[in-house]
Amino acid sequence: MDKHFGKVFSPSDLREIRNDFPILKVKIKHRPLVYLDNAATSQKPQCVIDALDRYYSHYNSNVHRGLHELSELATTAYEQSRQRVAHFLKAKESCQIIFVKGTTEAINLVAQSYGRPLLKKDDEILITALEHHSNIVPWQVLCEQTGAKLRVAPINLQGEVIQEEYEACLSEKTKIVALAHISNALGTILPIKAMIAKARAVGAITLIDGAQAIPHLRVDVQDLDCDFYAFSAHKVYGPTGIGVLYGKKELLEAMPPYQGGGEMIQSVSFEKTVYQNLPHKFEAGTPHIEGAIGLHVALDYLHSLGYEGIAHQEHELLLYATELAHKHHLRIIGEAKEKTSILSFMVDNIHAHDVGTILNHYGIAVRVGHHCAMPLMEFFKVPSTVRASFAFYNTQDEIDALFEVIPKVREVFQ
Amino acid sequence: MNDELAELYQELIMEHNRHPRHYGVLAPCTHQAAGFNPLCGDQIKLRLQIENDLIMALMFEGKGCAISIASASLLTEALEGKSLAEAHELFTLFHETLTGQPESSHHSARLGKLAALIGVQAFPSRVKCATLAWHTLEAALANKDTPVSTE
Repeated sequence: MDKHFGKVFSPSDLREIRNDFPILKVKIKHRPLVYLDNAATSQKPQCVIDALDRYYSHYNSNVHRGLHELSELATTAYEQSRQRVAHFLKAKESCQIIFVKGTTEAINLVAQSYGRPLLKKDDEILITALEHHSNIVPWQVLCEQTGAKLRVAPINLQGEVIQEEYEACLSEKTKIVALAHISNALGTILPIKAMIAKARAVGAITLIDGAQAIPHLRVDVQDLDCDFYAFSAHKVYGPTGIGVLYGKKELLEAMPPYQGGGEMIQSVSFEKTVYQNLPHKFEAGTPHIEGAIGLHVALDYLHSLGYEGIAHQEHELLLYATELAHKHHLRIIGEAKEKTSILSFMVDNIHAHDVGTILNHYGIAVRVGHHCAMPLMEFFKVPSTVRASFAFYNTQDEIDALFEVIPKVREVFQ
Repeated sequence: MNDELAELYQELIMEHNRHPRHYGVLAPCTHQAAGFNPLCGDQIKLRLQIENDLIMALMFEGKGCAISIASASLLTEALEGKSLAEAHELFTLFHETLTGQPESSHHSARLGKLAALIGVQAFPSRVKCATLAWHTLEAALANKDTPVSTE
């Protein structure tokens, strides 16, 4: 699959990349689809689609149980995916990679399995003001269960976490620090390495919500020295319904299972059940086998393109879109210095829902709404925003198509 | 502009969005409720003065898209002076029309100005915007204290 692209994709590289994604040829209302909703979910390259087809056509079987040929093939493919993910995140061992439904389940797993037995009244959990609901609500549930308190490190008007305030929120009471690597609503990249070190200095463990980061940045969990890192396959060109929780081995080993069932046990009697070792202790029931296989291929595909080329292309798209947004006098929500390819904006006082409906009529898919970050919308005093999020397969022509509709929106609402 | 879009954002809708009728706080009032659309964050508060099963006065306030604000405004115009039975009947007609129920093709004459919202039929994801104020009305009449959600 190796494409040997350079650090900057050439026009022919970009054509080849677009050809890898069959959905980009779809027409919406007789116009070519312009897909700018990549932060919600990314499209899938043909190689991922083929991998799922191959699995179901040639070696569909349950894993870890059968002695027959197909089961061995499926088990090998499933476990190879775990090794691929471990290598991808630079984890020490593949048993530190737990397959889950997605980032949301990973965070809930840590809250319930790590947090619930440990936290006591007046302990503190620290998050930031730009978190997705999935990195807010599981901690609120945990606070209700344990009497712990949720603290929130504030952001500035550019959408950056105010580092002095973050430090001021940390104390020996802080037991868990849960941070987005990249804000899904604003695109802000958080300086998580420094933030993790500060959390560690007060004895807190750290969880990083990497849902928006994995598609854009190379992540090295050992270099970051985070305790947990979570991401979802579908945002990184893989299938929906599967994600990853990475954890430090000593923490995962000490944690009780999150769910009980088959697959996660060594022996069961009505008197006593002995749980499996890592990682199976956390994978009750038949797992999302084809999801793991698809994720493996998606990560191979990403590797074949190279993060340098991806980052360069996406940065160019962001700069181009930001320039056009200024030219069209749009209010940009989130102007952090360190930002990924997400552009959240308002067209005058026109509600984002109305803007989204009109954009859709011209074949342009964006996300409109509060982006599962209602406290953040409250901070910026907007009910919702229009969010265009770009992937490496997007083009400047597509961004032009987006901004050509803006005067039409204003015409309707003049 | 595309026909479906023109049908959705027709002049009467845009005019009610720019200048919503009966906008503000009705005090005192006998019934009130808050409505919320979690999909987009739209919020409507509706207050009514009801005497002997007649809607004597009603006002709304809130934030929302053009469709939800225009729909709330049109609702207040349509229901002032109506009986509760008439209000319920109008909601049924309106809801059936927006969701494209087969029996709804004859409703438009009885809907009056509310028929301006028929264009929403072509936009299933926007039906909740148009019905938010009506669900809020139902909650206010039932005197439910908890905010009503369109989900």
